[in-house]
Amino acid sequence: MLEIENLSKIYRGGKVAVDKLNLDIKEGEFIAFIGTSGSGKTTALRMINRMVEPTSGKITLNGKDLTKMNAVTLRRSIGYVIQQIGLMPHMTIRDNITLVPHLLKWSKEKKDETARRLIELVNLPTSYLDYYPAQLSGGQQQRIGVLRALAANQDIILMDEPFGALDPITRDTLQDLIKDLQQRLNKTVIFVTHDMDEAIKLADRIAIMHEGKLVQFDTPDNILAAPANDFVKEFIGSHRLIQQKPNVKTVDEVMIKPISITIEKSLDEAIRLMVEKRVDTLFVTDGDHRLQGYLDVESFTGARKTKKSVSECYEKEIFYVKTGSKLQDSVRRILKRNLKNIPVVDEDHRLVGLITRANIVDIVYDTIWGDEEDVQEKKELILE
Amino acid sequence: MIAFFTENSSEILLKTWEHFYISMIALLLGVVIAVPIGILLSKTKYLSKIVLSITSVLQTVPSLALLALMIPFFGVGKVPAIIALCIYSLLPILNNTFIGMRSVNENTKGAGIAMGMTPLQSIRLVELPLAIPVIMSGIRLSAVYVIAWATLASYIGAGGLGDFIFNGLNLYKAELIIGGAIIVTVLALLADFLLSKLERWVTPKGLRIEGGRL
Repeated sequence: MLEIENLSKIYRGGKVAVDKLNLDIKEGEFIAFIGTSGSGKTTALRMINRMVEPTSGKITLNGKDLTKMNAVTLRRSIGYVIQQIGLMPHMTIRDNITLVPHLLKWSKEKKDETARRLIELVNLPTSYLDYYPAQLSGGQQQRIGVLRALAANQDIILMDEPFGALDPITRDTLQDLIKDLQQRLNKTVIFVTHDMDEAIKLADRIAIMHEGKLVQFDTPDNILAAPANDFVKEFIGSHRLIQQKPNVKTVDEVMIKPISITIEKSLDEAIRLMVEKRVDTLFVTDGDHRLQGYLDVESFTGARKTKKSVSECYEKEIFYVKTGSKLQDSVRRILKRNLKNIPVVDEDHRLVGLITRANIVDIVYDTIWGDEEDVQEKKELILE
Repeated sequence: MIAFFTENSSEILLKTWEHFYISMIALLLGVVIAVPIGILLSKTKYLSKIVLSITSVLQTVPSLALLALMIPFFGVGKVPAIIALCIYSLLPILNNTFIGMRSVNENTKGAGIAMGMTPLQSIRLVELPLAIPVIMSGIRLSAVYVIAWATLASYIGAGGLGDFIFNGLNLYKAELIIGGAIIVTVLALLADFLLSKLERWVTPKGLRIEGGRL
């Protein structure tokens, strides 16, 4: 879909920022450009929407040469998310989201409709549309920054270290969000980062750059398994290489059956269920078994007297993983966020399983002794 | 003192009005000339230095001398006074427009360009709205200067409150001098107050709540 041929950027004074870059990016791919600072990754990215004019080389999008297009028209057709967020402080969130549609002279109705539809995608209330950026937290602002890049149905989104300025937990949440949006909306994303964990987590393919040259361009698994040279090996870091060696397990292999309750049940029923099953957390689902949130002891200790049903007091903010994701990623998340457990959902957001802290023990056990049968047994033991 | 105000009330009203409109026309012309030039200058590298130093030099010409210089070209009366005052109002407005435009966050500007704004759209939709508070404070400063200096315009026959003060000086009547000065001061304060209201009104709402959480 997007082909980059012999793309070079030489600055005045002879500094070569990007040296004969060749890349072939497929539709719907999530590509990460990674490298140390000065490796040319940002310059390469900015040449795609001509924020930086290439010195030589060609970029073609579906056969069309981008270097010959009108730069303004081109930029309106490519989404761009920048590191420092860069929302317009004097515009409402609505106007910020629909900035590109405004430049494209969409009707007011169409813009409003777009803003409403988009803000729901990032789990922010529609009332925020009338707020100003200064009234939002950094993480919320960057969600709007991401929406701004999507508002005119751009197929390609460029992101220049979009989460660099955020705290680790917010960054983690936004990474999940962006990956989810990218898959759901089938966008092609080109992402610049210097964080290897971020690249491994998000990218379908990673382009490692060093001193303006492309060193390796492959899937995360292939890069971890076979680094092209010593630079790549060092860049990845030895701890990740080792981590990759044991058989990769998916969450499906170890997840247990979660205890869930539907949203319309009463609190008394919920408590009875907790006592009966001896658990402290219930997962709240709707009629179709789709995950809505969770209910734990803390969520109703204060509300017991005033609130009667599950729908009134369950927690809507919930972290989950999809079926088929790697077990070690979920474990990392449990540890990083200090979660007790993490539910597993399928493609339709239906609750299918649960990973608990006991799985961490499994992994440790597994990497030390590597005896799968034993782990299975032990898991059942924990369940009882 | 009170006698001065009661006896000359109709004349005071007339002179105050004269003073006010000479100043406001001069200021308005100043805004119309200085803001666009300031915007253009903010886009240049070297020209801005030259132009800003020229206006600084103009600013140092004594106001009385400048008014007197107007006479050979434009004669006496209101027109030369307005032109002279307008020249005076240029520098603060020009300077502030230039600084306001230059101090707009590079990132915000960059984001606008990356979203596909043309240079003109960037000025209209991003830079100018964000520079407004700085430009407005330049205009307020100019307004106070112009109202104060308009007193001297009476010297070249433009009328205004300066007439009281110059008459007072000629006739040794302290109440004329003081009364005139008081009204000029009140007028300057009033103009500043009204312009501060205008500043609030034209400043984009998102900038006023900066830092305020809901």
